[in-house]
Amino acid sequence: MADRRVTGERASRGAPATEERNEAGTRPMGDVLVSARGLEVHFPVRSGGALRRTTGVLRAVDGVDLDIRRGETLGLVGESGCGKSTLGNALLRLVEPTGGTVTFDGTDVTGLDRRAMRALRRRAGMVFQDPFASLDPRRTVRQTVSEPLEVHGLRSGRRERAARVAELLELVGLDPAVADRYPHEFSGGQRQRVGIARALAGEPDFLVCDEAIASLDVSVQAQVLNLLRRLQRRLGLTLLFISHDLSAVRHVSDRIAVMYLGRVVEVGPAAAVGSDPKMPYTQALLSAVPVPHPSLERTRQRIVLRGDVPSPANVPSGCRFRTRCPYAFEPCPDVDPALQPVGAPGQLAACHLHGVVGRPVEREEAVPAPAD
Amino acid sequence: MTGAPLPEPAVSPTATEAGVSSTARPPRPRWRQTLGLLARNPTAAVAATVLLLIVLVAVFDEAIAPTGPNEIAVQDRLQPPSLAHPFGTDDLGRDILSRVVLGAAVSLRVGFLAVAFALVVGALIGLLAGYYGRWVDDVLMRLMDILFAFPAVLLAIAVLAVRGPGAGNTALAIGIVYIPVFARVTRASVLGVREEVYVRASRSVGASDLRLLTRHVLPNAAPPIIVQTSISLAFAVLAEAALSFLGLGTQPPNPSWGLMLAEGRGFIDLAWWLAFFPGMAIFLTVLCFNLLGDGLRDVLDPRQRTLMAGSGR
Amino acid sequence: MQQVSAPLLEVEDLRVRLRTPRGPAEVVNGLSYTVGRGETVAVVGESGSGKSVSVLALLGLLPARVATVTGSARLDGEDLLTMSPERLREVRGPGVGMVFQDPMTSLNPVLTIGRQLVEGIRAHGEVSKAAARERAAGLLAEVGLPDPQRALDRYPHELSGGMRQRVVIAIALANNPSLLIADEATTALDVTVQAQILDLVAGLQSEHGTGVIWITHDLGVVAGIADRVLVMYGGRCVEDGTVDDVLERPAHPYTRGLLGALPDLASADDGELATVPGVPPAPTDLPPGCVFWPRCPVRSDPRCATEQPPLAVVGASGGGLPHRAATWCEEG
Repeated sequence: MADRRVTGERASRGAPATEERNEAGTRPMGDVLVSARGLEVHFPVRSGGALRRTTGVLRAVDGVDLDIRRGETLGLVGESGCGKSTLGNALLRLVEPTGGTVTFDGTDVTGLDRRAMRALRRRAGMVFQDPFASLDPRRTVRQTVSEPLEVHGLRSGRRERAARVAELLELVGLDPAVADRYPHEFSGGQRQRVGIARALAGEPDFLVCDEAIASLDVSVQAQVLNLLRRLQRRLGLTLLFISHDLSAVRHVSDRIAVMYLGRVVEVGPAAAVGSDPKMPYTQALLSAVPVPHPSLERTRQRIVLRGDVPSPANVPSGCRFRTRCPYAFEPCPDVDPALQPVGAPGQLAACHLHGVVGRPVEREEAVPAPAD
Repeated sequence: MTGAPLPEPAVSPTATEAGVSSTARPPRPRWRQTLGLLARNPTAAVAATVLLLIVLVAVFDEAIAPTGPNEIAVQDRLQPPSLAHPFGTDDLGRDILSRVVLGAAVSLRVGFLAVAFALVVGALIGLLAGYYGRWVDDVLMRLMDILFAFPAVLLAIAVLAVRGPGAGNTALAIGIVYIPVFARVTRASVLGVREEVYVRASRSVGASDLRLLTRHVLPNAAPPIIVQTSISLAFAVLAEAALSFLGLGTQPPNPSWGLMLAEGRGFIDLAWWLAFFPGMAIFLTVLCFNLLGDGLRDVLDPRQRTLMAGSGR
Repeated sequence: MQQVSAPLLEVEDLRVRLRTPRGPAEVVNGLSYTVGRGETVAVVGESGSGKSVSVLALLGLLPARVATVTGSARLDGEDLLTMSPERLREVRGPGVGMVFQDPMTSLNPVLTIGRQLVEGIRAHGEVSKAAARERAAGLLAEVGLPDPQRALDRYPHELSGGMRQRVVIAIALANNPSLLIADEATTALDVTVQAQILDLVAGLQSEHGTGVIWITHDLGVVAGIADRVLVMYGGRCVEDGTVDDVLERPAHPYTRGLLGALPDLASADDGELATVPGVPPAPTDLPPGCVFWPRCPVRSDPRCATEQPPLAVVGASGGGLPHRAATWCEEG
């Protein structure tokens, strides 16, 4: 064991590896807009009635390092309960992080007071999963879309505001004449467009799409995906696209991050992660995605994982995936694997198969290393 | 059975990509929709109409009442109902119809005042407790529990004993009794709405707590509170009657239904009409408020509204 | 997989009309298909296509107050639609098993898993409680639930979504039904769990020769499990045939649109996805001609707008099963 005492903290915390050289190949990548370091969201697990004793900790997000570059689309995939949604919310402080930092365009967001945070929200929007739940049923489309304008005092004056609402509705492919309708008069896809218009009203730099197409019909999903891509290019948005749908993520993303049990376990250029994943979990996830080609489906080797995802309240020691991993070996329970460069340029995976890198379990409970 | 996945009628079948044809009907304001739905619920519609009449009677009491409420005509006392005195006269010869009409104003005013007070204070407490949770919730709701644990009549009597009888104090006493009811209903409703995605969505664009509370949480939490208001009005009218009956509410010679009931009690085997007509007035009013409350409960149910509006889900 | 004798289920001209506040809705309009023993038929469609209603109608699960069902559906020669409610209840357990999308709505939250399974087993046969419990544990083991004996005493909320869906499948299979109907049974599950469930059903099917109707919107799942595919749109079958015919050589513009709208996991093309513009028609307001006409990118025939195209053979695969599509568009 002692000699396997690991290659240290080199890549475990702090900036994940070096700046990649434009590996996605599509267009030049800007600097980092949003960055998480050792981000944690732990929820107390309470039991009992009035006394409310804390009996455990649910580690929804548990030490995530992630950089989102200006102008890119980062796809965040993972199965239900992996913490991808919580991570998206924590980046915008819609859920309060319990540890680590989030930096937005150079500002440490985690230290901001409520007022400053509210002001910053103009620059970061969110599109939610369920378009039936994310629009206030008692408010018209106009009221919903103009809320950010009112909140941030943009475009004061009724006429200017109306013009902006019309502009936004046109931008998302809706007839501005529908502005005074209520959400129940729209179909799911149309509602999602309203939600996107609201998120864009403050002219944000950063947009988080949290399962934004999951509740839509297949043909409508494609419409919304196309819209998001078009908007991203036209407005130069930085997009975090959270989804369990790997095909959709692969389609829209420049880079993909894979989450498992509160951690990012693999990240890299979409082409690399999508076709040649280095982490066994990503491999299993990809192999489980059914594709609409009967001949391919019949011949395909599927990696069927054992069992279910463990509870985030009871995370396995060392590598979180080891309880289901077909390749689990000796160091997996003892060393918490760190993301390490492997495969294509810019690809990082947290897996001991590529060299045992990470923190030994003995120090599991120690304070997370400060961000460098 | 599981919820049968009923078809989702689309908004406009011939729409091009995401476009909604702009020729469709103009939007109807929400309150008109509510009224429209209420009109389709016959029981509630009748109840609302009767209540409207009672309120009109209470408002125009002096114009409607044939005589003054306290005009004594000893020679006409204890007359049974007749053309001259449709509801009869009491032991002092006062016209009971007039007293019932003028009593409506007293009873309803006390009822409305009491409920308005309980609504404002209770809803505010419930809103804060439900929205902020944690210690705010604990402190406020334990206070409400204490208030709730007091026997209602005892509490009202205590308030009236300290502040003295009279219409305003009666309303205050009844109002205090109903604060916890509104606090609880509001809190429960707010707890549900607070977790709605659209509230989080508003927060995500930078809306302040005040804005979230007033623009999103309160309007969406309102339906059960409105229903509770209607039902509480019924109870408040009854409570006023009870307190007056006990001699703590409205003071003679002013007419109030409860007081008239109390005064008529002594003559019940001699002249039934003394107690019967104010009793019927109470009965009718309380019944109508309850029926209206039930009707509103149905109408304000969002599922019902969605169904009527014809959207899926 | 070929049907040698009479098919297990034979649905003919099934029509469902629902009374809605907005007027009568023609939710299913003349649906005919067969399911053979050991065969998997996938019914594909978007929300509002009538795919779920069509199977609920088969089992008499639509509220009679609002639904009018006509046509016939013979299971082993016996018409489900004209059956007495008592007989239908007898048939539902041993004849037909059902799995719905949300396992939480199919399981009673206040009863243990064991109790619900045992009830299902005992409702359709003279079995002692102990024997039924033994069989229940066996079923749970069969669907891959770890530690089945302990699982019997647990409540639904104590299990994960995937485990709950396994329990629902176990209940559906409790009486060895000849037909299993799964309505979006894996839609709410993660892909890795979905893969497990699909494997499980395929295994049980080949073992017991169960006929399966798999209702889904996920064409990937269809490609993996189906023998034949039926594409529904606006309450009608617009295309059917073997899975290879329909998915590899789609003939109806709607099927092509659906396939084109899917992002492809295998290729990293950067282009826009093809979309089917607009939304499906309301069943209360179906177009007079082809149901797909308002959204159709082709519309090559003058009859498209005025006349509903019949389901016509467009080709046949090697298996001899016809590939049919309801479209006026001739070009391939």
